[in-house]
Amino acid sequence: MHIYVTDHNGKEHELEALEGWRVMEVIRDWGLPIKAECGGACACATCHVFVDPDWQDKLHAASDEEEDMLDMVPDVKDNSRLSCQILMSEELDGLKVSLAPSAKPDAEVA
Amino acid sequence: MSEQEIVTDVVIVGAGPVGLFAVFELGLLDIKCHLIDILDKPGGQCAELYPEKPIYDIPAFPEISGQELTDNLLKQAEPFGPTYHYNRMVNEIERQDNGDFIVKTDAGETFRCKVVVVAAGGGSFQPKRPPVPNIEAFENQSVFYAVRKMDDFRDHDIVIVGGGDSALDWTLNLAPLAKSLTLVHRRDSFRAHTDSVNKMRALVDEGKINFELGQIASLEGENGQISAVNIKNADGEKSLPATRLMPFFGLTMKLGPVANWGLNLHENLIEVDTEKFATSEKGIFAIGDINYYPGKLKLILSGFHEAALMAQAAKKIIHPDEKVVFQYTTSSTKLQKKLGVK
Repeated sequence: MHIYVTDHNGKEHELEALEGWRVMEVIRDWGLPIKAECGGACACATCHVFVDPDWQDKLHAASDEEEDMLDMVPDVKDNSRLSCQILMSEELDGLKVSLAPSAKPDAEVA
Repeated sequence: MSEQEIVTDVVIVGAGPVGLFAVFELGLLDIKCHLIDILDKPGGQCAELYPEKPIYDIPAFPEISGQELTDNLLKQAEPFGPTYHYNRMVNEIERQDNGDFIVKTDAGETFRCKVVVVAAGGGSFQPKRPPVPNIEAFENQSVFYAVRKMDDFRDHDIVIVGGGDSALDWTLNLAPLAKSLTLVHRRDSFRAHTDSVNKMRALVDEGKINFELGQIASLEGENGQISAVNIKNADGEKSLPATRLMPFFGLTMKLGPVANWGLNLHENLIEVDTEKFATSEKGIFAIGDINYYPGKLKLILSGFHEAALMAQAAKKIIHPDEKVVFQYTTSSTKLQKKLGVK
């Protein structure tokens, strides 16, 4: 199965994904720039992605914990999700997401 | 600004789990440490990102929270009397002709030591900056990510953005002295303590503060002084008169000054060997998540191992004439004495 990830420069990458992997792990494993500083613990909000509107409804809803962490995202939108909270399964074959500015490894700090 | 020089054996940059355990390992070898951390508390990521979350891969602890792990490490380091310096960042490390290092912080202190141990994890924690055009031009003049002096906010039109404890705590603390205060959050639900949320809602009901759903879209103002914060929400845009803005989106890590210390780096990590965890500069070691070597795993347990081996190598630099006899804490009365075992 595959996912399609648009990077910060607008380039789309087709990445092979494995069942049960977190989308964040797929992105990180293929070497695309994603900060993901807590390593998938839903504790830092730096694996933030925007989900393609066609795919939004196919994902399980964000948990309360994920919603809470999305409060820590300065560039949140309606289609914002934390990619460490999306587990790959057959139904998500073809999922399209784009990397949010706040997930850049050198994201803006004050 | 510069105070008296603080003289010690080792300065540890970072008071996360690995820096704390380094105090223990160095302490067993009679080496004294000062630790410097940008956070206001020990524990690093464990304390800042996931104090409540259970960790399952610490040897001999089937389950332990980030905070418990930190508390235990502090207790373990205690017999060696480390000195902790919080809320400051190490800016400079300079080698002296006699081999000593001078370490300078952004709080103006100067340390003189024989060995520097960089245990800085992912770098220094810094506030996340909202992607608002031109916001940098207002920072530290009318846009603040922390409150240093409450008085700087007196009689101002304050806008606070966020839904966590920092946003809510400062809403409650600043409300009594503000000319006006508006809390802005993306949803009508908060991750802050229920008690703070209830108090905030009460203030809104009494008309003492305002609450707006939305996000910051843009700022107005000039010469570093904002005059309005424009927010957008489902209903469109709205302009809030404001002379102070405080965005609270938590902290994130940035490598920071580590990159300027002349150490060989591997993709923003410090290259070390796997015998001593020494960097390319003699006398500077790097342990924990900040280092890189082939096969590196960013695990707390790896950092503990690295701390133990580093300590042996640091000993040879600090006490070059002393012969080190390897001992176990279970059997050595000498080590037990250092640990305060009675």
